[in-house]
Amino acid sequence: MPVAKKSILIIIRHSPYGSSLARTAIDIALAAGAFEQTVALLFMGDGVLQLIPEQDGAALGTKTISRQIASLPLYDVGRVYAELESSRNYAIDLDSAPVAVIPMGRTDIHGLMCEFDHIMSL
Amino acid sequence: MNPGGNRGFLFPEPKVLIYSLLVLSSPSSGHTAQHAAAFAHAAIGKGHSLHRVFFMDAGVYNGSDAVVVPQDERDPIQAWEALAENHDVELILCVSSALKRGLLDKTEAERYEQAAATVHPAFTISGLGLLIDASANSDRLITFGA
Repeated sequence: MPVAKKSILIIIRHSPYGSSLARTAIDIALAAGAFEQTVALLFMGDGVLQLIPEQDGAALGTKTISRQIASLPLYDVGRVYAELESSRNYAIDLDSAPVAVIPMGRTDIHGLMCEFDHIMSL
Repeated sequence: MNPGGNRGFLFPEPKVLIYSLLVLSSPSSGHTAQHAAAFAHAAIGKGHSLHRVFFMDAGVYNGSDAVVVPQDERDPIQAWEALAENHDVELILCVSSALKRGLLDKTEAERYEQAAATVHPAFTISGLGLLIDASANSDRLITFGA
């Protein structure tokens, strides 16, 4: 049965292993892609820490989030953005991120938000 | 100005919107969950339609049937119960978040041989598809986050 289509921007604001919300956000993105919704991600604030390459969740007995992020393109998740200022503050090399990201300055984020029908903020 | 006459230009008819809520925070942590329930009632009070409330992550704790509240405090379950009973609102607990936090309905408790069913009857356990469905079929999706 065809599902109505809306565009969703998922804003990710939490660090990868300090909060269960990190995984929750990726699960929503994958589900949205699987249901053929237009979905984009914005890693913002502490969320840019999820883009650190070479993560290993095994020490915590938990899944490695960077691997799930790397699989986003397979599930038709479209554009992935990273907030530029926080990436610089945390010295994250966006070129080494688990997935191709588009850097976005803070002043451009409002404009980005206006492009979407819905925003989910996790 | 002609207040009694053609109002369409100055005072457009309020549009009825379909809302859905995504609730991520626990009732015992801050007041966000309480605000979510209050928002739900306010939206309905204004004549809008509330399609679904989807609870994820720590938000699933809102669906616990095993909470004991001190007598001089408000029981947070009542606001949600009223939405389900009086306004037919679907209250959905995301299955993966619920299982991890010990929120199990009778089926899941039996399936996983856990000690008790802990989900309040006003809530249903289901999958992420219902969140995406809510998003696709609502005019507004509001996150009540952590």
